Amino acid sequence: MRRLRFLSFWLGALIGALTGRGRRKRIVEEGSESPGAELAVVGLLLLSAVFAIGFVVVLATGSWPNRTQYEGIALGGSLLLMAFALILVSKKLIVTEQNEEDYPEPEHPEEQAEVTQIVRESGSRFTRKRLVKGAFAAAGGALGVAAIAPAISFGPALDPFELNWTPWKRGKRLVTEDGAPLKASDIEMETFYTAYPEHSARDNIAAPVVIVRLQPRALKLPRSRRNWAPQGIVAYSKICTHAGCAIALYRKPTFPPVQPDPALVCPCHYSTFDPAAGGKVLFGPAGRNLPQLPLMIDSAGHLRAAGNFSGPVGPSWWGVRMKGPITQDR
Amino acid sequence: MRRARIAIAATLLVLALAAVAYAQLPSGIARPDNEQNLSTQELGAQLYAGNCASCHGIAGRGVAVPGATRGAGNIKGQGPSLVGVGAQAAHLYLTTGFMPLSNPHEQPWRSRVLFNRRELASLIQYVASLGKGPPIPHPRPETGDVSEGMHLFTSHCAGCHQVAAEGGYVTDARVPLIKEDTPTQIAEAVRVGPYLMPKFSKKYISDRQLNSIIAYLQATKQPRDIGGWGIGHIGPVPEGMVTWFIAAVALIALCVLIGERLRGTV
Amino acid sequence: MIRRAVRFIDTRAGAAPFIKATLRYVFPDHWSFLLGEVALYAFIVLVATGTYLTFFFHPSLADTVYHGTYAPLRGQKMSEAYKSVVDISFHVKAGLLIRQTHHWAANVFVAAIVLHLMRIFFTGAFRKPRELTYIIGILMLFATLLEGYAGYSMVDDLLSGMGLAIGYGVALSLPFVGGNLALLIWGAPYPGDPSFESRLFIAHVFILPVLIGTLIAVHLTLVASRHHTQFRKEKRMTNRRLVGVPTFPGQAPRSLGLMLGVAGILLLLGGLIQINPIWLWGPYHLAQGTNGAQPDWYLGWLIGALRLVPHFDVTIGSYTLVPNPFWGGALFPLIVMGVLLAWPWLERRFSPQRGFHNLLDRPRDAPGRTAFGVAFLLWVFLIFFAGAADRIYLFLGWSYQEQIWIYRGLVWVLPVIAFFVTRSVCRELQAIERVEEVREAAEAEAQAASA
Repeated sequence: MRRLRFLSFWLGALIGALTGRGRRKRIVEEGSESPGAELAVVGLLLLSAVFAIGFVVVLATGSWPNRTQYEGIALGGSLLLMAFALILVSKKLIVTEQNEEDYPEPEHPEEQAEVTQIVRESGSRFTRKRLVKGAFAAAGGALGVAAIAPAISFGPALDPFELNWTPWKRGKRLVTEDGAPLKASDIEMETFYTAYPEHSARDNIAAPVVIVRLQPRALKLPRSRRNWAPQGIVAYSKICTHAGCAIALYRKPTFPPVQPDPALVCPCHYSTFDPAAGGKVLFGPAGRNLPQLPLMIDSAGHLRAAGNFSGPVGPSWWGVRMKGPITQDR
Repeated sequence: MRRARIAIAATLLVLALAAVAYAQLPSGIARPDNEQNLSTQELGAQLYAGNCASCHGIAGRGVAVPGATRGAGNIKGQGPSLVGVGAQAAHLYLTTGFMPLSNPHEQPWRSRVLFNRRELASLIQYVASLGKGPPIPHPRPETGDVSEGMHLFTSHCAGCHQVAAEGGYVTDARVPLIKEDTPTQIAEAVRVGPYLMPKFSKKYISDRQLNSIIAYLQATKQPRDIGGWGIGHIGPVPEGMVTWFIAAVALIALCVLIGERLRGTV
Repeated sequence: MIRRAVRFIDTRAGAAPFIKATLRYVFPDHWSFLLGEVALYAFIVLVATGTYLTFFFHPSLADTVYHGTYAPLRGQKMSEAYKSVVDISFHVKAGLLIRQTHHWAANVFVAAIVLHLMRIFFTGAFRKPRELTYIIGILMLFATLLEGYAGYSMVDDLLSGMGLAIGYGVALSLPFVGGNLALLIWGAPYPGDPSFESRLFIAHVFILPVLIGTLIAVHLTLVASRHHTQFRKEKRMTNRRLVGVPTFPGQAPRSLGLMLGVAGILLLLGGLIQINPIWLWGPYHLAQGTNGAQPDWYLGWLIGALRLVPHFDVTIGSYTLVPNPFWGGALFPLIVMGVLLAWPWLERRFSPQRGFHNLLDRPRDAPGRTAFGVAFLLWVFLIFFAGAADRIYLFLGWSYQEQIWIYRGLVWVLPVIAFFVTRSVCRELQAIERVEEVREAAEAEAQAASA
């Protein structure tokens, strides 16, 4: 046996030597050499290495004035130089092969039939297939629900009216960002103020209000809100009823006869509200008026809420018109 | 052929002339002939009569309802009273080129100042003399705190002016870029509240706080662009343009360079 | 040496036949086939840079005060998250470079996907047998938008806070479930539970990247199993036979070069052009806002849509059926996604072709599809463009309100015009080609006769 193998090896070698088949046939086509391109590739790669080292040097030497720019040029440059080296390799040093290949079979009808058959035949011992399937579906579905159920601890999804909570209630004083109570006499015409409820969390969509003072005779509030604006001071939620951005713009005319009326504007989609008319939408996409906070002035001259907002604060949702704002301190 | 060329040249010339004519600002202001010989007071009064009175009325009493006739500069004027606005407001409106305004329904916008120094001074003095009012402020931004200024600016101003002071929009009006404004003009604007801008009294924003705001605005002239080219400091819009017009173009060029190796050999 | 390595792998994994087939897999030869690769390499850059950033980012909304080197922020109250990004920008070695490269890579990633999608759409590459590949691609595009939004939002600078508020408004606006869903996602009414930041973080660095990575793997597997499509540049390129360059040695240096080139360009952008300079925006506080706030470009179409919708909520009694932001913020992108997903089947309804398509159309070869594509793209683009109306007003003085009214009309009119114009241009081009063919044939005949 061993001898036979030995013999066949030498026989093969002999035939190979005689017929010139010792080397395997080339798979990749031959092409001409191009030493110039090789040198260029080497040059690019070395330069790339220099840039990469430059990056390390910039990092190590610390605080240059335009550190980030040098870093970017060094690292980006190094990568780009290497990319160019590879492009040169592909264009000048690799043989341009054009291969042809058949697309894969579009279908395998025999295997399709067999797969179908296997699946069908495997279930032949069941007599009440639909019942079993239904039972599996029930178990699987219930297990699926059970698997998702813990997600309920993500948030109070079952009590959506938490969206109507506000920290405001009758008697709450209005304070500035620094916590100082605002006096009615602090509020001047032709400007706007931001205020928060005293002793309540500020990082709540229903907390911030914007206050402006208008000429009492310029007010066009609904009849039910006659007493909401003592001395012409009105307060509105600072959160837009469209998409929840802060109403950070107040425009007021210097010369009303030829200039636009006072308005509160949201910078996100430019919803525009009329502070004189109870927060009515004048322009922009908001679908609800801006909620107004009724005000009163206490004996010390401080501004206090005279109740809760005229409606829920923030963007609309399916229940936003069902209930009014609910007082809840958080 | 030659005729065509002449016709093209003539058309171009006409277009160029039209462009020049269009670009030329109406000289706009009326000047007294004997300006050099007038005293400051007389000059101020005459300039006022010629350029301001059609809207602001005689002696700055304002024009509430436009009169039937057209006044100086052929304007059917209407404008607020200037009694008591003081040198502060006059200096702001005149040195920014907000005034004179050719149409009272237009938004005052920063433009070339048509008055010379002496005329400005006389006019400001005249307006100040119409009634007791605030003088030109002298802010000292070097005493301000940039960080406090940034916080105040974000709270009170950024809604309209954009947080890096790049200007913006409020319903019905443009909000100007305020980087060109001098500290004095900024201080005046805060106190005066020109056009649709709210005004902020010393009680609301103290002079010290105002210095901080101005210090912040001075800083926004040269923002810390440590990331490279600042592309306008308004965020995603120019960033998107760079993405498409620089990055995407470069990458498509790279694809074209790399792709199609068989071109030419086919 | 090579032989020993190959032998080692083959004997351990039996992989030699597979490796051989892979090396000789044929890639068609047209630059537009590289657009998808650009997206892939941008993703790789994103994963690499993003991993570096996670070492320094604190996903926490806890209050802190800045005492660092950047004067305008010193003494300001901010969240840990925002402060850590300021520190990445100013202190971490190469931090700003990597951060900016990451953000540019995100912008480029989506742009490359869109370009790739346009190539696929206008050449009909989505047709049978490649519908699944196409659908996975569309899903990836929308997963990418979410991924980008989460990244933009978790920094807690002024712009990201405003973006989150809008996202909250859109979530609330979903009919029937919005209120419940938004509370589930945010944990409490806006700005939500403090744990919301860690939810954003895990979504941005784990859930969505893993999802996108998995979809990429399936996408590429499906591409390889059906092979690439090709343009018919020669007679021998047919529906049954593919002509092109093998993976190795032809395609490998090209792909590798492209990968390094993409990374290089992104790093150059990251070093030279400033993106999202959050130290200029300042920290976010609920009651603050800035003019000109915009999302990254790939969400700009939504801000345009939100601004174009007139002011109304659809209500039935006290029940709010459709809150306003739903139209622009949810329905519009869902329509775009739905149309894109359904397109292969829609097209088959209009022009029944049941066969296999390995050969690509040129855009003119399918006038109806090309015309629809141009019109659809223009529709989305016009709405996108409307989102910049405020800046156009500021710089060109063209009234914002007028613009909004005009866009409300143009958005419906121009795409219709574009449809018919494109279709007739395609048909015209086809006709010209047919005339050309007839003439060439006649000339050849005449030449043959005279010879």
